[in-house]
Amino acid sequence: MTLYAALGAVEQGLVYGIMVIGVYLTFRILDFPDLTVDGSLPLGASISAVAITSGLNPYLSLLLALAGGFAAGVVTAVLNTKFKILHLLASILTMIALYSINIRIMAGPNIALLGVDTVFDAVTRFGVPAQYAGLVVFGAFAVFVLGFIIWFMGTEIGQAILATGDNPQMIRSLGVNTHVVIILGVGLSNGLVALSGALVAQNQGAADVGMGIGTIVAGLASVIIGETVFGCQTMARAFIAAVLGSVVYRLAIALALGLELGHFRFNPSDLNLITAILVIGALITPNLKKRLIAR
Amino acid sequence: MIKLENIVKYFHKGSVNEVFALNDINLKLDEGDFVTVIGSNGAGKSTLLNCIAGGFFPDSGRIFIGAHDVTGWPEHQRAALIARVFQNPLLGTCPSATIEQNMALASLRGQRRGLARGVKAKDRERFREELKQLGLGLENRLLDKVGLLSGGQRQALTMLMATLVKPEVLLLDEHIAALDPKTAGQILNLTQEIVKGRKLTTLMITHNMKHAIGFGNRLLMLHQGRVLLDLRGKEKENLTVKDLLAHFYQAQGEELAMDSLLLN
Repeated sequence: MTLYAALGAVEQGLVYGIMVIGVYLTFRILDFPDLTVDGSLPLGASISAVAITSGLNPYLSLLLALAGGFAAGVVTAVLNTKFKILHLLASILTMIALYSINIRIMAGPNIALLGVDTVFDAVTRFGVPAQYAGLVVFGAFAVFVLGFIIWFMGTEIGQAILATGDNPQMIRSLGVNTHVVIILGVGLSNGLVALSGALVAQNQGAADVGMGIGTIVAGLASVIIGETVFGCQTMARAFIAAVLGSVVYRLAIALALGLELGHFRFNPSDLNLITAILVIGALITPNLKKRLIAR
Repeated sequence: MIKLENIVKYFHKGSVNEVFALNDINLKLDEGDFVTVIGSNGAGKSTLLNCIAGGFFPDSGRIFIGAHDVTGWPEHQRAALIARVFQNPLLGTCPSATIEQNMALASLRGQRRGLARGVKAKDRERFREELKQLGLGLENRLLDKVGLLSGGQRQALTMLMATLVKPEVLLLDEHIAALDPKTAGQILNLTQEIVKGRKLTTLMITHNMKHAIGFGNRLLMLHQGRVLLDLRGKEKENLTVKDLLAHFYQAQGEELAMDSLLLN
């Protein structure tokens, strides 16, 4: 793998790491498997891209994306809590609805961001070389979001979210409306996913309705790899591990795609197979380790 | 003070599985009453407690706690007035949170939660003092996850958490039934101390007749959703397990030959 490819993988790992924080929040903390993310990632990208091409400041467009993602999460969570639709199904419904909505927002399946200012231009203007702009911006955002989520989970509301995922009966009997907590948590999660999508779109210079496919799989893969490699003993550690897991996941994929064995090479279309193998590997490693030690 | 008026509750109403769970229950507990509740399986004991806590709404009747008519209040709203300890020791605490986090969650029962720190430095000293009462050494383990504690330790912690904010009424749903006899005895003594020390109005469900007689100042026997027996004062003090069994079997319309076996 070239240094250039490694740099790109780390960049990707950091920006999708923001998405993985969102996935960790729903999947692990709230115990709410949420597939909305496959729709809210491109939702964030579409909103941001349309806002920028209409002349809005690229940073403000991120806030809009965040709000849009939050709203999508709220829809899923309301369907689940207020109308008793199974969480998986509720999130799939929101996800497919978002496919149409994203095309509506962009007035087409994609939108290019050529010749307009993005969050990266502001950084290059400060003298950061263009090839490192992505790393700087994504790194800064990932650290900021990490700091925020770790702070937030330590607040009274954050603790209520933790308890809602852990023991809803207990936290209700302590006076917390678990419906409101789930709506807030799933909203926040999708807000972060949309933010991640908006940053990706600004980086690659386009938003595309198909860019969200497989988001949840990548998210879960990163969560599991992070837990296996870096551990999750405390809340802060678990979130940091999720972001690092995302970086490791992207690096592993870049490695696999660059692999040459005689005449054999992986195609980009083998990505799903590679992901599946990575996740299986991460899932069975702790088990294998235990058995080897026991011997 | 807590008052139930003509509470009626059916489950699966109108279906073949219809259960008449609570049949016109009228009950008034005075401030500081410690009431033990007994009855066979399906008598409506847990249903009664769940109804008070807001787990579901009665089909008819009204529920008053303190000065409030709480009949239409959802569970989380009633939590401001009610503390509960469940039969399953795993239900009362949050396993992936630490001891101090669990206590902090409970210390906000019924209050608005905001963006302040979940566990505040000034609370820690108080938590430590409270935990010392248990005599389990938990005061030195504030940062341990509750999932690491035993069932008995968790139930003791739950008892303590239930009273961090003084409730109008404390509901104990067979809270020692899942513990080994020694631990159960300890938790029961702790219950007695806490309830008496803080003068809590308490409803305690138990399957153990000796406990039902030995604890509290009032005893309720439920049968098929009705209050069959409501004894207090002298009447309750003079009650024996034998009397209670007599009532019990009279209610069930059956006599077991081996009462003495059950008594041991």
